[in-house]
Amino acid sequence: MELVNVFIKAAFIENLVLSYFLGMCSFLAVSKTLKTAFGLGLAVIFVLGFTMPINWLISTYLLDEGGLLGMDLTFLRFILFIAVIASMVQLVEMVIEKYSPSLYNSLGIFLPLITVNCAILGGSLFMVSREYSFGESVAFGLGGGFGWFLAIVALAAIREKIKYSNVPAPLRGLGMAFLLTGLMGMAFLSLLGIDPAAF
Amino acid sequence: MADTKIENKEPLFAFGKKERALLTDPLNDNNPITVQVLGICSALAVTTLLFPSIIMAIAVIFVCSFSNLFTSLLRKSIPKQVRMIVQLVIIATLVTVVELSLKALDYPTYKQLSVFIGLIITNCIVMGRLEAFAMANSPWKSFLDGVGNGVGYGVILIIVAFFREVLGKGTFMAGTPIEMKLIGPSTEYFINTMADGSWFSWYQNNNLMVLPAAAMFLIAIMIWIHRAWNPKLVDIS
Repeated sequence: MELVNVFIKAAFIENLVLSYFLGMCSFLAVSKTLKTAFGLGLAVIFVLGFTMPINWLISTYLLDEGGLLGMDLTFLRFILFIAVIASMVQLVEMVIEKYSPSLYNSLGIFLPLITVNCAILGGSLFMVSREYSFGESVAFGLGGGFGWFLAIVALAAIREKIKYSNVPAPLRGLGMAFLLTGLMGMAFLSLLGIDPAAF
Repeated sequence: MADTKIENKEPLFAFGKKERALLTDPLNDNNPITVQVLGICSALAVTTLLFPSIIMAIAVIFVCSFSNLFTSLLRKSIPKQVRMIVQLVIIATLVTVVELSLKALDYPTYKQLSVFIGLIITNCIVMGRLEAFAMANSPWKSFLDGVGNGVGYGVILIIVAFFREVLGKGTFMAGTPIEMKLIGPSTEYFINTMADGSWFSWYQNNNLMVLPAAAMFLIAIMIWIHRAWNPKLVDIS
């Protein structure tokens, strides 16, 4: 039950992209069409769900003072975390290329770009600062990825519709995407302060 | 070989028209935030107050310019398959240097910026410039390009932070020795909205400006103004 709470909290109440505004670059750049947004969202769920437990193991057993090495190595956190994320993305890329070449081709350049998606590294850093347990870190990774997926699919759907509207020329495209994300963020603010444990 | 010969003819630290363009282009036609859409996350999160934003801008200028320089120095010996990991290690090392120095010099600001100093690693401007520029250009040019993009990013950050702080909290440079209280409901402020017969009694600080959504709206307005003034940037698709 505890884990379900962490999942719901990460997906809706503390949505990585709409409440913390992490992973904005690819969120704005890849949300032009629904199909690619869907594929990228799935890849993010996958990468977040795997990197979070691996980074938890690294930070608890290698970097912390009470870990296996018995030394305080927390200053190496950034380098190790980003190396795990980069190799994880490389792995996902190879697996997708082998088993689903069509999805691989439709995602194209966006797959390696997940490495520099702040939501992934941000999630790992939040996990450290909130002192999650192993199970909670898995739930947080999956929930955070799911929330990111929902947000990018929603924005892509709105942007596909708004293409037919008469938007002032300088605001077309990017400017409108910013305004829409701001409005979606405000809508998500109303979820703040809900305690899933109360249900 | 032809390329290296041309490169050798130029003086190592030339500063001509091309080099000046590297510095000024990111301020207008090729702005990292409003045109290239890179590095948005930190632009939204740290800009509630002006002072941390200035610190953040300096950190990004430092990381961006030096990672460009080092990548450019190493560009001929980095294998293509592992270039991302090499670039990330260079960036992560520089960010760790920034993080530890900020922790030593200004602990309160370090606490305030929290994970966002670490997130400079995944700040897409840094990585994007390495891929797009430093992997193909000489060290001095790459360094200038890094400075230009860092400044282009910092300028937007500071403009957004200025409006968010003045409209949201009514202060200017809060948390520093030159802190000014501009407008608010007590006698401490420069314009006292509670005073009898005040012209500004209708005014109240706008709490929306403290929320990250306000940064979205401010950047959208800046994009609108920027593109109305520079029509060749308008999105035709």
